[in-house]
Amino acid sequence: MDASASLETHPPSPDSGATGGQDRHQHQGEHEHHELGWWRRYIFSTDHKVIGIQYGFTGLFFLLFGFSLMMLMRWQLAYPGQALPVIGKFLPHIFGAGTMPDGKMTPDFYNSLGAMHGTIMVFLGIVPLAFAAFGNFVVPLQIGAPDMAFPKVNMASYWAVFVGGTVMLTSFFVPGGAAKSGWTSYVPLAAIADSGPGHNPVFNGQTLWLIGFIFLITSSLLGAINFIATIIQLRAKGLTWMRLPFFVWAQFVTAFLLLLAFPPLEAGIIMQLMDRVAATSFFMPAGLVVNGAAMHISGGGSPLLWQHLFWFLAHPEVYVLILPGMGIVAEILANNSRKPLWGYKSLVFSVLTIGFLSFVVWAHHMWLTGMGSTVSAFFQTTTLIISIPSVIILSAFFISLWGGSIRFNVPMLFATAFLPMFGIGGLTGIPLAFNSADLYLHDTYYVIAHFHYIVAPGTIFALFAGIYYWFPKATGRTMNEFWGKVHFWPSLVCMNVIFLPMFLQGMLGMHRRWYDGGQGWTLSGDHVWGLSGFQWNTPISWAAWIMGLAQIPFIINFFWSIKHGKKVNDNPWEATTLEWTAPSPPPHGNFITAPVAYRGPYEYSLPGRERDFTMQNEPVEPAERTRRKAVEQPVLV
Amino acid sequence: MNSLALINEFLGQPPNASEHGYQIDHILEFCHWFMGALFIGWSAFFVFVLIRFRKGRHPAADHHGVRSGISTHLEFSVVLIEAVLLLGFAIPLWAKRVNEFPPAKDAILIHVVAQQFSFNFHLPGPDGQFGRRDVSLVTNSNPLGLDPNDPAGKDDIVTLGELHVPVDRPVIIELSSKDVIHDFFLPHMRIAADAIPGSLIPMWFKPIKTGTYEVICGQLCGLGHYGMKGTLVVDTPEDYQAWLKERAELAGTQSAPPPAAPKAENPAAKPENKPPGPAASSSPSG
Repeated sequence: MDASASLETHPPSPDSGATGGQDRHQHQGEHEHHELGWWRRYIFSTDHKVIGIQYGFTGLFFLLFGFSLMMLMRWQLAYPGQALPVIGKFLPHIFGAGTMPDGKMTPDFYNSLGAMHGTIMVFLGIVPLAFAAFGNFVVPLQIGAPDMAFPKVNMASYWAVFVGGTVMLTSFFVPGGAAKSGWTSYVPLAAIADSGPGHNPVFNGQTLWLIGFIFLITSSLLGAINFIATIIQLRAKGLTWMRLPFFVWAQFVTAFLLLLAFPPLEAGIIMQLMDRVAATSFFMPAGLVVNGAAMHISGGGSPLLWQHLFWFLAHPEVYVLILPGMGIVAEILANNSRKPLWGYKSLVFSVLTIGFLSFVVWAHHMWLTGMGSTVSAFFQTTTLIISIPSVIILSAFFISLWGGSIRFNVPMLFATAFLPMFGIGGLTGIPLAFNSADLYLHDTYYVIAHFHYIVAPGTIFALFAGIYYWFPKATGRTMNEFWGKVHFWPSLVCMNVIFLPMFLQGMLGMHRRWYDGGQGWTLSGDHVWGLSGFQWNTPISWAAWIMGLAQIPFIINFFWSIKHGKKVNDNPWEATTLEWTAPSPPPHGNFITAPVAYRGPYEYSLPGRERDFTMQNEPVEPAERTRRKAVEQPVLV
Repeated sequence: MNSLALINEFLGQPPNASEHGYQIDHILEFCHWFMGALFIGWSAFFVFVLIRFRKGRHPAADHHGVRSGISTHLEFSVVLIEAVLLLGFAIPLWAKRVNEFPPAKDAILIHVVAQQFSFNFHLPGPDGQFGRRDVSLVTNSNPLGLDPNDPAGKDDIVTLGELHVPVDRPVIIELSSKDVIHDFFLPHMRIAADAIPGSLIPMWFKPIKTGTYEVICGQLCGLGHYGMKGTLVVDTPEDYQAWLKERAELAGTQSAPPPAAPKAENPAAKPENKPPGPAASSSPSG
């Protein structure tokens, strides 16, 4: 089938400059039926790109906010009971007098910060940014679609997350402060928190946490349905499943995880809400004595039921956090090593396997709840099996670099740093998979270090990589390389100074969620590598604050580059996937003509071609066919 | 017996003091060797590739890259090692912890009842029978709600915060909680279990070294969680008998169990570790 003629009007030339893109933009504008007002175009927009950018700003804001909460906690951990200098005076005016009297943090406020740090980072920071922002902006472009399948549902999903985030933020300012029972909200602790005299029955931290969560779940469910429909239905002509960029596969699996894992938690959240506001006892056993007084509840509920419902979501959620990051890294590694991803098919099957298995590992978060030998053998086995596809993915990424011609631009720096960081996070999950090792390590700082290595220098580095990488597509300009490196190197060093010592603290037996940073415990007085477990808090905290400073170049670079960054053409990275055939920024409807895919996503450095990249919409030339194996021949549908 | 703990020690893990703890440490140790080998292998490859195939040194990429199947061997080695760890060590070890409890007659039986923010220890006394407990009888002076009319409870010993056990005898603990979920974590004994209200969770271990050990509440349980600790004293058999006698005398002279003996072994404890008094009164009452 020769479809090259139809493509002549659509040259995927890397030389088409920014001016060309602008012209086409205006040309495209003529096709629109009516001009939308400013509000409909930029605020209540149904365009996937605008929604993606809205998600992006929201996610970045909450990442910074959630990190700020942790920077406050790090003061208390390093210098427990001491007044926080300078800003300590102002914080009581913002968060309430009971939170930091005289600049000294109270245990309740510490617990609030901890619970909200986890909730915000996971559900308002990374999910909106990794899944929703990148998914919305990039996926339709990569599959050659004019928009998402359901643009209005898309808008609804953003505004649901906006309301959920607002509710979560509001909860800091109600009497008693924000939710304080951990991001896991284990009952009965969460059930008795923020209730009783002095607390509004609705406007209290825990109830608002539950209500906010319902909006966040709703948003994710709407988004997940939309992504699944879009990827199944709106792929460009010729873009078969095995020609999808790995990022699209990652988002596809992520969408299924959200769709299938969130409903049980939504049920659980509503049940916990009913326990609080309607005097039900879904999760409350009879016979509780709190503060020396018997609780008058009907009882008969099970605290463990909540844990099952929670972790049935929250383990797949771990993969929701990491898979989009892996997808971003895959795109950037292929692009900057100038060669195809190694083992594309194994990558795809691995990510699908992870998707399936992630639903049957949740109880490994509950090793210490009195689990018998059969059930724990099952969950240990599944947990170890799920490590295999993860090892395959990481190995394939490493091997992909072999034989490349590696360019170290800023996206690539973050993407390469992702690999060893994710490696550390993944490897340290091995002992935690064994319930017997968990007898010692459960809920210690070892666990904290383990999962932060996956989501902080792992996912968040991947997100930074993605921002630097797709910024030119969204704005037509690049971010500054020098300041990008000023952002990268201190962040990489600080991440490791923060999280590596936590493995030591965990091995000493130090536990998470200790308001005093372990100062009151004999075991954290033991020395390892020259400092006591408690003293290690100090370098960790300083690294966290320095890492906060290291984000300033990023923030300035990001906003400055929107208006003043260097103008670039439509395909500045000389990439192969379809989003780079659209003008930068893409107009409403994305493509000038509907793209057609003739090849796989990573046709870099094809032998016998002039350029070292061949875009997906470049037809296969007759000369090429004789050279290539039959299996690689184009399949046009 | 105490072999193979190089990395664990290097990473600061305190010495083990229980019979099964060595097995836990062995799994941890082996995992660390395994992780270390993989990480060093990957890192060496990674650094080599980044240097060897940087654009300056290797201007034209090779479309095909690696053609050997060496990674398949890597995957199979990982599968094999994980399978050995799982089937050979982890599953049998857990089965021994939850299915093979020592006979009750050889063991020390203790009920641990956690509450915000301390551990109550309930021992059956010389008759070996635990007295009946009832939530409705709980008062400040009777924190466990022991039934004063139950003859089995007359000789029971109840202590707060500090528990003594004799060395080299298995200890069987039944764990529960009065209010929220706590976790009874004995780091030196390499054992932990959640204390969940409405459930009784059994656990056992056999201390093999005398000494004084910290007990950690390993599950967020409220504002005083960070200070919720207990003390486990592993005594020689003689010291243990002396402690039992002392507690029995105290229990005989008072209807209510007395507060725990002052803790002398906590030099690191600072005043601010106590859950603050005024804040405690503002904590939720349900």
